[in-house]
Amino acid sequence: MSDVDTIQPNLRFSQIGKSLTRTDSPGKATGRTPYAGDYVMPGMLHAKVLRADLASARLKRLDVSKARAMPGVACVLTAQDMPDRAIATDIPGQTGRARLKTDQQILVKERVRYFGEPLALIAAETADIAEKARRLIEVELEPIPGVYDPEEALKPGAPVVQGTDNVVATHKIRKGDTEAGFAAADVVVENTYITPFQEHAFLEPEVGLAWIDENEVITIRVCTQVIEHFRAVADAIGVPHNKLRIMGALVGGGFGGKEDVTVETYLAILAQKTRRPVRLEFSREDSFVGHGNRHAMKLKYRTGVTRDGKITALDVQVIADAGAYVYLSPYVLLYCAVNAPGPYRVDNLNVFARAVATNNMFTSAFRGFGGIQAAAAYEQQMDEVANAIGMDPLEFRRQNFLQTGDPISTGFVPPSAIWTEKCVELAWQALGEPTPAPGGSIRIGRGIAAFQQSYGRLTFLHDTSEAWVGIEMDGTVTVRSGVTDIGAGQASSLAQIAAEVLGVTLPNVNVYNSDSQVTPLAGTTTASRALYMTGNAARLAAQAVRDRLAEVAAELFKAEPAQIDMEFNRVFVIDDPERSMPIAELVRVCASRGVHRSELAIFRAPFTDVLDPETGQGQAHPDYAYGAHAIEVAVDTETGEVTVLKSVAAHDVGQCINRAAVEGQIHGGVQNGLGYALSEEMLYKEGRLITPSFSEYLMPTAMDMPPVESIILESRSGLGPFGSKGIGEPSMTPVAPAVANAIADAIGVRVFEMPITPERIWRALQEARARGCR
Amino acid sequence: MSTEKTITLRVNGHDEIATVPPHRTLLEALRGLGHVDVKCGCEKGDCGACAVLVDGEAVDSCLTLARSVEGREITTLQGLGTPEAPHPLQQSFSELGAAQCGYCTPGMIIASESLLRKNPSPTDEDVRIALSGNLCRCTGYVKIFEAVHAAAAVKRQTGETK
Repeated sequence: MSDVDTIQPNLRFSQIGKSLTRTDSPGKATGRTPYAGDYVMPGMLHAKVLRADLASARLKRLDVSKARAMPGVACVLTAQDMPDRAIATDIPGQTGRARLKTDQQILVKERVRYFGEPLALIAAETADIAEKARRLIEVELEPIPGVYDPEEALKPGAPVVQGTDNVVATHKIRKGDTEAGFAAADVVVENTYITPFQEHAFLEPEVGLAWIDENEVITIRVCTQVIEHFRAVADAIGVPHNKLRIMGALVGGGFGGKEDVTVETYLAILAQKTRRPVRLEFSREDSFVGHGNRHAMKLKYRTGVTRDGKITALDVQVIADAGAYVYLSPYVLLYCAVNAPGPYRVDNLNVFARAVATNNMFTSAFRGFGGIQAAAAYEQQMDEVANAIGMDPLEFRRQNFLQTGDPISTGFVPPSAIWTEKCVELAWQALGEPTPAPGGSIRIGRGIAAFQQSYGRLTFLHDTSEAWVGIEMDGTVTVRSGVTDIGAGQASSLAQIAAEVLGVTLPNVNVYNSDSQVTPLAGTTTASRALYMTGNAARLAAQAVRDRLAEVAAELFKAEPAQIDMEFNRVFVIDDPERSMPIAELVRVCASRGVHRSELAIFRAPFTDVLDPETGQGQAHPDYAYGAHAIEVAVDTETGEVTVLKSVAAHDVGQCINRAAVEGQIHGGVQNGLGYALSEEMLYKEGRLITPSFSEYLMPTAMDMPPVESIILESRSGLGPFGSKGIGEPSMTPVAPAVANAIADAIGVRVFEMPITPERIWRALQEARARGCR
Repeated sequence: MSTEKTITLRVNGHDEIATVPPHRTLLEALRGLGHVDVKCGCEKGDCGACAVLVDGEAVDSCLTLARSVEGREITTLQGLGTPEAPHPLQQSFSELGAAQCGYCTPGMIIASESLLRKNPSPTDEDVRIALSGNLCRCTGYVKIFEAVHAAAAVKRQTGETK
């Protein structure tokens, strides 16, 4: 596999890899871009959701009569109006496998399982009337004992959230002989790391507009990462799949929080009942309880190591808080298990991971998807083990890095380059000279973290993606693909790929996307897969069109097709560029000859079976991305305040499609990771969220962000178009542990629970002083 | 309703009529008039997505009552420029990739413009402080800071003061 470690230096692109202005940028910067919440229709109703204000309760009484009687109220719905309905919350897949028992009641029938669970839907002539009607609904909830800690939930006699017990999913990975590995160790280091819930905090709350069209199709314009929930929504409301259409819009941020169904089912039901257009917009408080958050996890790491720095065994026990409904918990947990050892060779491995139901908010997808919790633990543990054997943390990592061609935890050998070591060295060097300590109570510290993060969905889901590319008589290009654009430039990247292949300039490409019944289905914008999957589909389609055009051009120029090139809207003979014509002219010739000027292509990820249930061996993902993050912090030991001074990201992205967009992903990932490490905390009291706004839930502001340096490497070894990998999730994965390691380096003690707030730092220092440390 | 009152709002240089109850926020009123470039992110003044200029000063329209700004000059993002003739901030946000999902962008550009009108040569710290009331979840603010400085330079060169 060593050949993939060589950059192909002689490739020349006219569009790919450049920091071109994204096709969606001018509209956004001038306020012309309509978002899902900006669409209105004549006769449109406004909807509201009434939610439970207890996390575990029995619904004793729900009286909507006064609300229904209020003038201007079109409809008030409760579970009584939909007794047989539920919405599937499982991953949309193509395998046809029997799903886990993952259906959720649409509205509470009898049992409330989490704070904020919807009780009733209201639709009225104005939002004001809907709000007044909501307040007229009389609710009586009888509290019943709930369970709010996954470890408590595992104990015998604990309240059961749903079904027969609280274990939602279990994953095991077993490799080699851990007993022998620990016996061979000179030192065994055991620590438990706690990672918190996290809120996506996209700026655009969930919103949509539903109506019934002239063909009796329930049509929903909504901000979502997954238009292919149209099937689940159709099933939930009892209409055929081809009578439910979901149209996206440019999405105001997703990060996994718009991966599950949010407003769609409510909108579909209300439109079905009222036969009028209905708009539903979540308030920020609705949003906090309206989509699943990141799983809080407890990860116990036990590492055996020799004095000279070789890991001999690793045992990992994980408990994840799945909250009240299953959603994507089994898959998030699987990512955590697969990535448990990180980008290191561990021949003797035992991972036992469980997701456990509680009456907390349900948890689901969030950028990093379980891989991030694993990284938070394995990279802190690498530093702790290095300390225990008195070895430099970088040197210890060097002894154990996976190299290109090595198998990961599941025995699978990633097909692409593994450039972790290169990234670690470059990121660390780029920190430069240490910032001098200003004295007093301020301490300076540095930390590094490497990572492994998949791109592309689980291979047992048999993921596919389609794209259609056509070229018009004037030489402009149309791309049609269902891909949703959640702000990373997904549509613009497709345009750039089509432009590169067909030799036209970017403004000459238009992408029609995100329509479940009109654009070819492209799958989800999740799992860092959009570029990999849909990018490949677009490239295949564009290539097929190009090949047909080139054949005609070759005939016109009396040359071989291989001698034909297309660039900057012209077609020419490579060795004789004087023999050329505008591409538009060539297309017109093709049209007159009936040449097929479009192509619908499908791209298939590798298809595999599920991992072995006992050993976890097999292939879980198409491939993995690797990189590193380095951080320098200043910590005030009197107040516990942390200031991030330097932040350096180094990633092998395979190949940039749009360099500025890649940098943008890295910057956003850093911000997301800094918040995760330092300040973002969802506080629950008996399941009740007590931080449901941005004045309580603290994400990094403009004042908190350090300068970010991005080192972007291009191995051109990835499975995406032109050798690209994914960067959406990888950009965030190593940030939090790098911060944690920098803080530990600064103050000499480790805070084992994130977010590492001033209070936790102060307490850890007090405890260390009490123990007689420094 | 008897408490409703018809007011005139001057938006992007045009007078517009709205009939609003006393509690109607400027955010709701503007969106009701079709100015959907003003974004709703929290309705609590936490996120800044709804910022507009009132007499040149950035305010959160969700914390401003519509009736309180009658007769004053209100500018939304669309009022600063068009795709054909963009404002320097619109140009730099677009070209430098400072808009990702774009939902915070209207508020960001408005807050930046409010800063540049008062301070044509802001330092990094000035920019950070001016944008500290505007949350972004996509960009880490990095390219936003770059875009503000780039637009400031353009404005200084062209002598544009407004």
